[in-house]
Amino acid sequence: MINKSFFFKGYKSIFTHDSPAIALTCCFIAIGALFKNLGFNIQESIFSTVLTYALPGSLVMAESMLIGASLLNIFLAVWFVNARLYPMAVSLFPLMMHKSQPKWKYYFSCHFIAVSAWLIMKSNYKKIPKEHRIDYWIGIGSATVTVSVIGTVVGFSFSDYLNKDMMMGLAILNPVYFLCMMVGASKTIPVTLSVLLGIILGPIIYLFSPEWSILMAGVIGGTIAYLVGEHSVS
Amino acid sequence: MSANIVYAILVTSLATFLSRFLGVITSQGIKESSKLFKWFNCLAYATLAALIARTIIFPAGILIDASYSSRLIVVLLSLFVFFISKKNFVYPTIFSAICMAIINNYV
Repeated sequence: MINKSFFFKGYKSIFTHDSPAIALTCCFIAIGALFKNLGFNIQESIFSTVLTYALPGSLVMAESMLIGASLLNIFLAVWFVNARLYPMAVSLFPLMMHKSQPKWKYYFSCHFIAVSAWLIMKSNYKKIPKEHRIDYWIGIGSATVTVSVIGTVVGFSFSDYLNKDMMMGLAILNPVYFLCMMVGASKTIPVTLSVLLGIILGPIIYLFSPEWSILMAGVIGGTIAYLVGEHSVS
Repeated sequence: MSANIVYAILVTSLATFLSRFLGVITSQGIKESSKLFKWFNCLAYATLAALIARTIIFPAGILIDASYSSRLIVVLLSLFVFFISKKNFVYPTIFSAICMAIINNYV
């Protein structure tokens, strides 16, 4: 089963001095308020946060519902915007896989892949023995989902008191937080170059192909950064 | 619960879980020291960076109502706070929310 010691170590990791908990809570406060405005009740809002647990996907769902999109359209739109989770999973799970651990832990805990949890794990995994990294990861994921649910409930409950300026403040907080985390994680040539190229190419490609911009920028920028990194090593 | 909302939530979570699950399946054949892993690592960082840049420059939702220059000013000032606070993540994040609310209200 899950090693409690490493689980709680992971759980506590988000409550540090530079914790993502505040940013995550604020982002989900905005989502909670948005859900209420869309006509969700509190159970549906919590249900959505727990089951989806990905901000851009939730936003796309909300926008699609506003324009009365079909379920198939919602599925495709969300799949497109959340396709980034695939390379994120492939670049994280090999660090946590150990032959002593049952596979159900990996299948279950992949649900926790989201930017905050992914970046926390990426910066801390070396401190944890490989055998127990998956338990640590489940701890991080459980903590971030808990914080997200709290944010959703707060946002839903206080949506009437949040004016437009406050909602804008909450909305900018999320990309700023992620940007700082990405800049903080840029310690090697390939990662730094990946971040820079992603930032430059994402908006440029968006002008030509909004749907494919994130994936194309990721593949092109990431491949160039990888090749430059390999070249600099050799 | 309304059936339509529940179906929308289920479809959204399925679409989200699919990418995560496929990622785990793919991971089973990849070693952390392999070139493929390094490539995927670069793809993940570049994709995330592209998503963040797009969210700031071509936002969805309420940020559309904030001007391009106000978004850019807030991001640049927040990065400045990030560096002077010795790369603390919380200060620039809170600063960005307050700064955006103030700029949008008074400018």
